Amino acid sequence: MAKITYIEHSGKSHTIEVQNGLTVMEGAIQNNIPGIDADCGGSMACATCHVYVKEEWFNKLPKKEDGEEDMLDMAHEPNKFSRLSCQLTVSDELEGIIVNLPEKQA
Amino acid sequence: MIDTDVLVVGAGPVGLFCVHQLGIIGLKCEVVDNLDKIGGQCIELYPDKPIYDIPAISECTGEELTNNLIKQIKPFKTNFHLNDRVEEISKKNKNWLIKTIKGKEFKASSIIIAGGVGSFEPRKFSVKECEKFEGKEVFYSVKDKTIFKDKTVSIFGGGDSALDWAIELSNNSNVKLIHRRDEFRGAESSVNKVKQLEKEGKVEILTKYQLSSIEGKNKIESIDIKHDDGNIKKIKTNYVLGFFGLIMQLGPILNWGLNLDKKHIPVNTESFETNQKGIFAIGDICTYPGKVKLILSGFHEGALAARGCFKYARPDEKLRFEFSTTSKNIQERLGVKK
Repeated sequence: MAKITYIEHSGKSHTIEVQNGLTVMEGAIQNNIPGIDADCGGSMACATCHVYVKEEWFNKLPKKEDGEEDMLDMAHEPNKFSRLSCQLTVSDELEGIIVNLPEKQA
Repeated sequence: MIDTDVLVVGAGPVGLFCVHQLGIIGLKCEVVDNLDKIGGQCIELYPDKPIYDIPAISECTGEELTNNLIKQIKPFKTNFHLNDRVEEISKKNKNWLIKTIKGKEFKASSIIIAGGVGSFEPRKFSVKECEKFEGKEVFYSVKDKTIFKDKTVSIFGGGDSALDWAIELSNNSNVKLIHRRDEFRGAESSVNKVKQLEKEGKVEILTKYQLSSIEGKNKIESIDIKHDDGNIKKIKTNYVLGFFGLIMQLGPILNWGLNLDKKHIPVNTESFETNQKGIFAIGDICTYPGKVKLILSGFHEGALAARGCFKYARPDEKLRFEFSTTSKNIQERLGVKK
């Protein structure tokens, strides 16, 4: 279980508990958090679950696998803290993580 | 006007298998898809990636699955209307009248929406002013390359489309290739070619930059691009091309009077009919309690939706359930009757 904070582009913040093993994307979808579309359902094929991970958390995450950076090329305004939230698996280590959501996903 | 029993919207795996199910119960159908090829997400997003959960097929690629489905529906000689999109629907007496953006018209007693998460459209620049120049000096695909002759063209993107056009246009235009990071994901040979062209002074490569603004009243005069470190660079350019892949948009389906739950269409699980009589939704686009977005679930949904169409197409007949193994009717339709 980890507490995850999703901050919408407007600044509206949502903090929820997400079960270990789910992804940060699934946590958002299951809790109806706006701003993450996840069109492809988590197969790293659409770049519509793009988030900006807060700097202090970014370096603690497992590195991107092949393909994630390629998909991020297609995301809306990616930056160096961009990740696809479908690739971030929740574990106790993520307790307190904060992700900012882009203005839009597409 | 094309007269048919069912119009299938979407030529992905679920739409294809639904064509099969319509065919074996003796209904005619036509298929419309926005892409220029058959296969939907399987072909557009993951043609080479493996799929492991199609029943009885331990492993296949998106392309193989598509080809097998095409083979399976061959006996029905179905017409596919590719590169087209259903725009408007209206009800007339007991039929649906359907119009596409290319102006094709269909009359059908049912519509089956197997539209995935919508139709594929190019991803666009986020910079607001781009809309003003879109189709004139900002493009997301190239239809007429002659307009770029002797002009400056700024190409954004890191995939094959961006690289291929940078190479192609470098013959007759001043090309700038701009990408958000140093690595290009396109084919290695294209990356090498572009780097060679850079050495020869035929292409200028600018990495870690993204578009930040466009200037110009009626025509583009210059663009500002922003580096990762925040620095802004001004570039004089005539044209801007963006190649950021495709995104799925529900598009006109939103205007068909269907109930929607976020981007999904709620259906009943007996026939996968929507709130509109004679309109069915199957595959990723539909939702119901327990919905799982698997291709195999879409196959089941298509089988039931096809049968749901029967009462609209043949109101005076009763559909008799038959097995393909033993039914002479089905075998005749499949052209396999011994």
